[in-house]
Amino acid sequence: MDQQSPALSPKQKLRALFFSTLYISAFTFGGGFVIVTFMKRKFVDQLHWITEAEMLDMAALAQSSPGAIAVNAAILVGWRVAGLPGMVVAVVGTIIPPMVILSIISFFYAAFATNPYVALVLKGMQAGVAAVILDVVCGLGGAVVKTKSAVYIALMAAAFVANFFFDVNVILIILVAAAFGVVRALFQQRKAAKK
Amino acid sequence: MIYLQLFISFLQIGLFSIGGGYAAMPLIQNQVVELHPWLTLQEFTDLITIAEMTPGPIAVNSATFVGIRIAGIPGALVATLGCITPALFLVSLLAYVYNKYKDISLLQNILSCLRPVVVALILGAGLSILSMVLFNGAAPSLEQVDWIGGCSFLVAFVVLHKFKWNPILTMCLCGVAGLCLNLALPAIL
Repeated sequence: MDQQSPALSPKQKLRALFFSTLYISAFTFGGGFVIVTFMKRKFVDQLHWITEAEMLDMAALAQSSPGAIAVNAAILVGWRVAGLPGMVVAVVGTIIPPMVILSIISFFYAAFATNPYVALVLKGMQAGVAAVILDVVCGLGGAVVKTKSAVYIALMAAAFVANFFFDVNVILIILVAAAFGVVRALFQQRKAAKK
Repeated sequence: MIYLQLFISFLQIGLFSIGGGYAAMPLIQNQVVELHPWLTLQEFTDLITIAEMTPGPIAVNSATFVGIRIAGIPGALVATLGCITPALFLVSLLAYVYNKYKDISLLQNILSCLRPVVVALILGAGLSILSMVLFNGAAPSLEQVDWIGGCSFLVAFVVLHKFKWNPILTMCLCGVAGLCLNLALPAIL
């Protein structure tokens, strides 16, 4: 269902939010930004509950706050979609899959960690995860390029080089970009005041 | 009081780990191996391996694993609650501020500069996973390429990008392909 979802009752909305976060969390291997890409596909592209810009804002906020990115993102999306009940439902949906899976594994973890077949399946899935992330990045990066704003394109390129080639701390990159935004806002205000 | 100790330990992990899984790892090690005799270093290493192979944040995975081993299912619940409690308060506050003030021009300006940066960070995360797939974590070189992983990646990318396949289905098929091809190809060649 790729069209605007019909108006759901609050109860239906909460149920959809719960099962969406449960489903996304159960299949999100490999770190916080992976869950952000899956959330983008679900809540932005399919359900149209939040905009792409909001999703990116929430990703930045989730990344720069204490705690697991996936849980933070669930809190932000939950509040945005359905207030306090939405937040609770999204967090519970997000933590159930890892809790259940780890509970099961903890009872026979040695056999699991050394099983070569399990390792092969998981290795294969990694290739799929990489493809999902890069597919989403193509869409998001294309949108940035389409703004034709030299500032945004330069910021994206600089952040990529700093993060990928120089291993600069992610929080530092986000803080520098935020500081740049503050300076730019002040500069624009001063320019407007002069006129 | 073991439940309280678990709660407080994981509360600290949740409060001080900023920036996701890899940032949380040293904190978890400090709490469960060094400060409390809950896991041996070997068990901790196994835990990290499992946490990386299974869905979910490393902090939540660790809380469940350590909690169960120390105090059963209630231990797992208490430890997990501990590690998400700081975020429940702090991030909720952020959500409130964001939803209320996101139209103010200063905040707009900051966020519009952050968006391209987040795209770059997601790209970085995707490329590190791709390099794990292609080179198994070793330094990139042509002789070391994992062709099965590389081909799975290309096929998956094309079906996602061109044919808009469901991402989770695509991932699961990649897992099946990885298992079958790695078992079948050496037998044929």
